[in-house]
Amino acid sequence: MIVCLSYNMLLGQGGMLSFGHAVYTGLGAYIAMHTLNAAANGVLPIPVALIPIVGGLGGMFFAFLFGYVTTRKSGTTFAMITLGISELVFAMSLMFSGFFGGEAGISGNRVIGKPFLGITFGPPIQVYYLTAFYTFICVALMYAFTRTPLGRILNAVRDNPERVEFIGYNTQHVRYISFVIAGFFAGTAGGIGALNFEIVTAEVVGAARSGAYLLFTFLGGATFFFGPIIGAILLVLAFVLLSEFTKAWLLYLGLVFLFMVMFAPGGISSLLMMNLRLAAFGRLRNIWVAYLGLAVTALIGLAGIATIVEMVYHLQLNAAMGPEVRFAGFGLQTNSSHSWFGCVFLVVTGFGLFELARRQYLRDWGESQEYIEKEIKRREEAL
Amino acid sequence: MKALALKNIHKNFGKTQIIRGIDLSVLSGERIAIIGPNGAGKSTLFNLMSGRFAPTSGEIWLGDQRIDGKQPFEINRLGLSRSFQITNIFPKLSVFENLRCAVLWSLGYKYSFFKFLADLDDANKLAEQYMEKIRLDRKRDVLAMNLTYAEQRALEIGITIAGGAKVILLDEPTAGMSKSETLRFVQLIRQVTEGKTLLTVEHDMGVVFGLADKIAVVVYGEVIAFDTPDAVRSNPKVQEAYLGSAQTH
Repeated sequence: MIVCLSYNMLLGQGGMLSFGHAVYTGLGAYIAMHTLNAAANGVLPIPVALIPIVGGLGGMFFAFLFGYVTTRKSGTTFAMITLGISELVFAMSLMFSGFFGGEAGISGNRVIGKPFLGITFGPPIQVYYLTAFYTFICVALMYAFTRTPLGRILNAVRDNPERVEFIGYNTQHVRYISFVIAGFFAGTAGGIGALNFEIVTAEVVGAARSGAYLLFTFLGGATFFFGPIIGAILLVLAFVLLSEFTKAWLLYLGLVFLFMVMFAPGGISSLLMMNLRLAAFGRLRNIWVAYLGLAVTALIGLAGIATIVEMVYHLQLNAAMGPEVRFAGFGLQTNSSHSWFGCVFLVVTGFGLFELARRQYLRDWGESQEYIEKEIKRREEAL
Repeated sequence: MKALALKNIHKNFGKTQIIRGIDLSVLSGERIAIIGPNGAGKSTLFNLMSGRFAPTSGEIWLGDQRIDGKQPFEINRLGLSRSFQITNIFPKLSVFENLRCAVLWSLGYKYSFFKFLADLDDANKLAEQYMEKIRLDRKRDVLAMNLTYAEQRALEIGITIAGGAKVILLDEPTAGMSKSETLRFVQLIRQVTEGKTLLTVEHDMGVVFGLADKIAVVVYGEVIAFDTPDAVRSNPKVQEAYLGSAQTH
């Protein structure tokens, strides 16, 4: 959650599309782990509770280093440089096994020193509270950041970097400082992760991880402060729950992302806000029938697609275990044409009805928006 | 006292000479209009003065500071601010936020992130004042992208003056406005640039003669006349090069 928020500091607030955010989380995690081990050996007298901050400082340090190069440019150039640095660090992580621990990574033990007030951070519940504490503090701090002069100027840089130059600000400085601050929060998150899992592997600095942060920040919605929080919750749900349910979860994730980018580029939070606006003007009840229709028909169509996907995956991976797939409580035979035709039928009817529902919905939505526009005008004139 | 001086400025883009040796000196408090046919180099001149481009040769002085080759933000901090021909505001910020961003640097807040914006009483007050000056106080929390065209132009001017710069460059402030909007807008420009040095590029002759103390006529990268409106009007060179052709339209 902290990572996604710190990522959004770049993407949502500063318009910087970074493909290498995991670098700062990951390096923060490594620094934190090394510090933890040093503390365990009695080299450094640092309490476990402060390890995330060390990770944060680590992330900040590397953001300070790499950010100098990356933030000189914005837009596509920025994205490409971050991608390059991400690959660079990932390659390095496999080369310098002293620091990165090679493919196995480095591990540590968070239970060190004497218990303080009975807290050893041994049981997961204590780490959980520590994580919750840090998350709360970091979220509060990052929210505060959006209300500071620098935070606001960062919005201005996102909107129109050229104009910022003509009101006395150096846009590179603005981006750089914000990047370093985002690096700190990313590193803190990495440090918490290191404490939680007690192991850090090269994967945490990899491009795949950076991609996941980008994906879920976007899904949650980059335009609102709370969007990435929703995104982070989805991230955890997807990684933990969805991957339990089905082997095809990455495919589903990709499809969801695709549809989100195409039809709701503001992410889930913008969908929420649009409907809240509707509710505020008391128009939600005019439209909920259409929503219900959308949901039911979409569900039918999606069920069909999901069944096909599951059967295909079954054929690919588990064909040896026989033709039967159990999906959503039904037994399906991959070798019988009935199952396949059933699915196709579901998809066709589902999406056919969905299209009808969608047209009705668009009409209702348009009417409601018009009503709201009129209402706003009326209220303005009444002033 | 000289507010702004250009000494033998040249600017080439590749092999094309856009500005071919311009000397111009503006006293503080003067209102100068720069006119000339399309492609004469008026906007380029503004870009050179505000630091968007560096001149190929020559010197630009702002008061007693040499500014040619400096970055836009450095020049802005020294007290020269400009507006743009194509509206150049922060579309996703509200009117108030637009102006607040514009006053921050001049009040010394720089890149500060240990203070809350809401607590910066001076910045908030100043932004409110400018908002009243450009008559957008009723649109305080409207996103800049949702303003009407004329309102956006006013906001553009607001952002330009809000930093407290002494020298103001306005690039076609009334471009694209209707007659009545233009009239009101000239009034507004007069008010908000009170006591400042003003340079403006303008096509509308009504605006030029109504606003300017002196007019500089730029043709093919050179200043062919720089004088009071009346003198410029009767200058045969100007009539031939510019006004003459304009009147035949």
